[in-house]
Amino acid sequence: MPAMDMTNPAALPADWRDFLALTKPRVMSLVVFTGLCGLLIVPQLPPLALGFTAILCIALGAGACGALNQWYEADIDAKMRRTAKRPLPGGRMDRQSALHFGVGLGAFSVLLMGLATNWLAAALLAASILFYVFIYTVWLKPRTPQNIVIGGAAGAFPPLIGWVAATGQFATLPVLLFAIIFLWTPPHFWALSLFVRSDYAAAGIPMLPVVAGAETTRRQIFIYSLPMAASAVAPWPLGLTGPIYGACAAILSFVFLVLAARVLANRSLDPIGMAPERHLFAYSVFYLFALFTVLVVDRWLPW
Amino acid sequence: MVRDEDEIIRKRQRERARVMALLLGAFVILLFFITLAKTGMNW
Repeated sequence: MPAMDMTNPAALPADWRDFLALTKPRVMSLVVFTGLCGLLIVPQLPPLALGFTAILCIALGAGACGALNQWYEADIDAKMRRTAKRPLPGGRMDRQSALHFGVGLGAFSVLLMGLATNWLAAALLAASILFYVFIYTVWLKPRTPQNIVIGGAAGAFPPLIGWVAATGQFATLPVLLFAIIFLWTPPHFWALSLFVRSDYAAAGIPMLPVVAGAETTRRQIFIYSLPMAASAVAPWPLGLTGPIYGACAAILSFVFLVLAARVLANRSLDPIGMAPERHLFAYSVFYLFALFTVLVVDRWLPW
Repeated sequence: MVRDEDEIIRKRQRERARVMALLLGAFVILLFFITLAKTGMNW
């Protein structure tokens, strides 16, 4: 074997842990969780092996999105503190390996989903991967501050895919779950982008705080939180869930609105003074986990 | 120096082969259970 250039770590075969890091496991956990909840609230559960495979395919599809996102944005990631140590900007992997891994993982997840469950779920999974990579990463993210608004649809697919994988058809409840995540994404990401604004500015990403300023972003966070809260509570008055979900969704959404109002009232431009933004960001993750957990509990409780 | 490089390469190749073998084994088991489920022998 010819000697390799040790000054260029990317010339070495990449460590398997770096392939795992490409899939953004932390982001994947939320995707898997919402997909699992979408599958657990169906009227008739599928066989365990098929349900497990559906969730596995959603996870692999999300991993493919993460890998292709990091492949495309390697130069941008190198400019941001938060992402500079990822495998590609860190120089621990060559870009071609990341591309092959992402495309292979995505194709495998769609094929397995189609063969194990149904081709409507596979088509939705393929659409979500393609939407995330081409519409969000390549087209919207570097061009418009509305990137998160439209791109949020990609992250909203999992509960819909979980439901369709189990039932083979669409229904009102999973479409509402899609709407909840779609409307939750802008306040969640804008809260983050307010206190890491300098990172996005340095990388040239036109996030709303960079383009329109903190005040506009805070107003938009509050405005988007209102329809998000309404869509979160909506399954109850529509008769799609029970009162336990309705009460919990109302309380959780009320707290979300209070935290969004505190963000709206904040005037600090310094990240140190952005405690309300940090609180909203942390709570928004808890909010989605809690909301979907209650949804499943409400579905399976005997009363 | 070249010996060190070879050792690192071999170590990574061994680890990747081991992970790939585990994943392929898990995939075979998954296919077995998918087949059972699709043929109506639900678990």
